[in-house]
Amino acid sequence: MKVILNSRQIEQILAELTSRIISEISPQFDVAVIGIRSRGEILAQRLSSLLSQGLGREIPCGTLDITLYRDDLNSPRSKAQPRVRTTEIGFDIDEKIVILVDDVLYTGRSTRAALDSLRDLGRPKAIKLAVLVDRAGRELPIQADYAGYKTDVEPGELVQVFLFESDGKEEVVIG
Amino acid sequence: MESLKRKDEQFQWKHKHLLGLRDLSAEEITYILDTAKGFEEISTRSVKKAPPLRGKVVCNLFFEDSTRTRNSFTLAASRLSADVIEFTKTASSVSKGETLLDTARNLEAMGIDIVVIRHNAGGAAKFLSRNINACVVNAGDGFCEHPTQGLLDVYTIRKIKKTLEGLKIAIVGDIAHSRVARSCMWAMTKLGAEVTFVGPPTLMPAQVDKLPVSVSYSLDEVIEKVDVVNMLRIQFERLGGNPFPSVREYSHYFGLTVERMKRAKPDIMVMHPGPINRGLEMESEVADGSNSVILEQVKNGLAVRMAALFLVNQAAAVQE
Repeated sequence: MKVILNSRQIEQILAELTSRIISEISPQFDVAVIGIRSRGEILAQRLSSLLSQGLGREIPCGTLDITLYRDDLNSPRSKAQPRVRTTEIGFDIDEKIVILVDDVLYTGRSTRAALDSLRDLGRPKAIKLAVLVDRAGRELPIQADYAGYKTDVEPGELVQVFLFESDGKEEVVIG
Repeated sequence: MESLKRKDEQFQWKHKHLLGLRDLSAEEITYILDTAKGFEEISTRSVKKAPPLRGKVVCNLFFEDSTRTRNSFTLAASRLSADVIEFTKTASSVSKGETLLDTARNLEAMGIDIVVIRHNAGGAAKFLSRNINACVVNAGDGFCEHPTQGLLDVYTIRKIKKTLEGLKIAIVGDIAHSRVARSCMWAMTKLGAEVTFVGPPTLMPAQVDKLPVSVSYSLDEVIEKVDVVNMLRIQFERLGGNPFPSVREYSHYFGLTVERMKRAKPDIMVMHPGPINRGLEMESEVADGSNSVILEQVKNGLAVRMAALFLVNQAAAVQE
């Protein structure tokens, strides 16, 4: 187990992502943040409050459960069954710029599922992907618009994100 | 997504059939209810559909009349992107004497993945599950069980009262002929509620003393004490003999009237599985009143049935 990010670094990354988003998105558009369950949800909440502070207006935040949109639901498997949770997006995403947030971008399959799910919720002006960790190993043509930490770990290794709200500690580890 | 799995994610749903609630644990029932929560949102979107049963075929195999349950299952399957085949007794070879098993095997040969069955014989769903490979969901068998109705009732109660633990619930009416009463009883008692069956002795099931419920022959005795009252439909089509002297007399003793409601707890939940015989099981003012959750039950039924179809299919995916 090797710690690649500590809590201070995570905080720094979120601050950087926030200022990049603010500098790149034209103020004429409504912005909303949507996190992918479960760690993406927490990161999205933090990002939306940082964006709200930075922009001086309330940036709405929602949570997306992508379980029903996974591409491995009906494939034979022995591993854990995915658990369906709730999608909670209390605002209309039409014509907004949606910042989709996940903790780790790896194969791109979660992002693909999230994109399909968002399509059933409405028609945003644009969807931008923001991730804390961008890990090599894409299986789909998907990339992050706002990537925090980029890493190149071996396929067999696990990148684990721990956040205070869900895990009581805050760090990203490999191994 | 590659992060640690939390402890509650370890639970695995193992049943490729949903035949009844009697044999499910409290944990399994709770798991279905929690799963159903995730499906409620689908019905609120602009595109009321999600893809988990894409490419799957669901067959509604109904040997008895039904509007609500059948439409609810059809809509649930459609919202999960399954294809749905409707099969009714009168419009099929059953009227030509085909047996249940032959009918089911023929449907299976068409590549059906999930059969939703309603049948007037108790045990029909179980029989089917033992003889075909498809998943089987019981939509009512004889007087035995109607599991999705029991689930949607506890789902509705849990949503409003937060928990069933310690709640006092009366199930009123024709208990003997009611699979709804049985499924409700199993689900409610497993989740910690105290259930009382209320009705005339002629409409109590045999050996009711062996069930985990209290029995009362007087709604007046019970009405003040309960948090939830579930009024069953008088099923005229099933009633033989003379279980009660007259409809008026039944309604006088066991109907949920405005007068009786005045003695109930102010936040009592009034439920009915539908369809209501207005003026018989309850007065219209009560059915449409602020304590009534009857339409909420119908709405929740959709989410619960989506969850049931999703879970049996998931269990089948693991076993394949």
